[in-house]
Amino acid sequence: MSLDKTTVAKIARLARIRVPEADQEKLAGELSNILKFVEQLNEVDTRDVEPMTSVVATTLKMREDVVTVPGDRDAVLANAPLSEAGFFVVPKVVE
Amino acid sequence: MTALTGLSIAEARDGLKARRFSAHELAQAHLDGMAKARRLNAYITETPAIALRQAAESDARLKAGDARPLEGIPLGIKDLFCTKGTLTTAGSHILDGFKPTYESTVTANLWRDGAVMLGKTNLDEFAMGSSNMTSHHGPVLSPWRRRSGNADLVPGGSSGGSAAAVAARIAMGATGTDTGGSIRQPAAFSGIVGLKPTYGRCSRLGVVAFASSLDQPGPLARSVRDCAILLRSMAGHDPGDSTSVDTPVPDYEAAVGRGVKGLRIGVPKEYRVDGMPGEIEALWQQGVAWLEAQGATFAEISLPHTRYALPTYYIVAPAEASSNLARYDGVRYGLRVAGSSIDEMYELTRAAGFGPEVRRRVMIGTYVLSAGYYDAYYRKAQQVRALIARDSASAFETVDAILTPTAPSAAFAIGEKMDDPVAMYLNDVFTVPASLSGLPGISVPAGLSGDGLPLGLQVIGKAFDEETVIRTGAALEEAAAFNHKPDGLAA
Repeated sequence: MSLDKTTVAKIARLARIRVPEADQEKLAGELSNILKFVEQLNEVDTRDVEPMTSVVATTLKMREDVVTVPGDRDAVLANAPLSEAGFFVVPKVVE
Repeated sequence: MTALTGLSIAEARDGLKARRFSAHELAQAHLDGMAKARRLNAYITETPAIALRQAAESDARLKAGDARPLEGIPLGIKDLFCTKGTLTTAGSHILDGFKPTYESTVTANLWRDGAVMLGKTNLDEFAMGSSNMTSHHGPVLSPWRRRSGNADLVPGGSSGGSAAAVAARIAMGATGTDTGGSIRQPAAFSGIVGLKPTYGRCSRLGVVAFASSLDQPGPLARSVRDCAILLRSMAGHDPGDSTSVDTPVPDYEAAVGRGVKGLRIGVPKEYRVDGMPGEIEALWQQGVAWLEAQGATFAEISLPHTRYALPTYYIVAPAEASSNLARYDGVRYGLRVAGSSIDEMYELTRAAGFGPEVRRRVMIGTYVLSAGYYDAYYRKAQQVRALIARDSASAFETVDAILTPTAPSAAFAIGEKMDDPVAMYLNDVFTVPASLSGLPGISVPAGLSGDGLPLGLQVIGKAFDEETVIRTGAALEEAAAFNHKPDGLAA
């Protein structure tokens, strides 16, 4: 599959990465090359093959339904670029 | 290089116990070496104050006859492991200033056993790369040079800083992480040993996530024995990582020297790839001869889906990465670029914070997971992955281990292979299949290229059979007697 500029802009939007229009053409070429490479998989007959979900066959362990990590607000906020009164601060999202 | 920095971990352990030198002297010798070798750019952050504090505690314990398994051993820590209160960057601009408020389980295990932290080693951004060229903190230079010239070479990647530090004798050992070859390939390029354990052997808690179904921490060191010593401390069940397996951790060091007599070893015919240099083919044959001479038997095996491993990897890993890296949003940690709306802030932050290779992979991952393409790409890749795992499972019905080259070439120069992302991906052609199957693998330095650069051989084992991998790796190591040192060592 060869990607065009419009598709690149759409992927960039989904990935929340700003890609200036001037860079879209070059990126379309790079991404198309990678897709061409991975599309070799179309040669493989995968009828009746269950997709792998876990590389090591294991049953997840059960544990008591109790809090194991104490909530430490200051630790959670310690690396925030912007916080105020115990909250993360973001641009206004509700009018 | 002083005498102390040239010791193996096993030798240093004995020397410390016999009080021939102190943990302080050992740490200081490494810190001095690091200061002289800064041009390699192997460390992003040096932590001399922590090293000297830990060494002082080690000396007190050694004096009291209360030494722990890694007492006083100075290590480099790949800057993908969260270290409480110490800058952790993942090689990315987007984690600027991030000082974790908790410690990764693997590093906590190392400190529990008495190890000493020298610093945080450089890496490809978010461990995405095979050359250490994608780090926001600049490339790492290999201490090795070609006989034919003075070009600066890559140490491999993504654990390139760890590999260069160990090779340059500015760490006795180091932690790495391996997603598609990121421990084994830099070990091969740098003339050292790198061990990727079985997926689930070491906890991933506190390791910055790249591709969660593939990522696995492991050791790099200058001998198989040293890797075995480190793995025993790093490994173990962690309730904080539901994929870490609750089985006892064996004494891996005891597997060293057990020999390969009676082992059946497979050579996969599909690993004879087009364009593989003759010297790598020859080294592989030499590896077979070395192990045969020690009593192993060989069989040609077939892993028919080998050629599809890289394309499978380059769907699965970016898909998981796009999901994992969604957390870098400018809100909770690291870089934030202001925007007039929250979406604009996300987009500008991520555009400024991620380098080109990370942006490419996040976008490929976003695409293959997007509506209408999931079945064609991601589901297909997980099906082929199941076939690749099935290939190795059936091979391991007849053999105990598999022998292959680690990488299809020796180290290349800084700046080479940078124009075509797909060409860079081919570095991992021999390491990715074991990653997709979750199997343990080791790279052991086995010889030099015609141009004087290290070449590695890889041993792959059954799931949770690191001991056979270590046994076989140690037998190769003994036969190869690789004692070459990089001539670019810090004076």
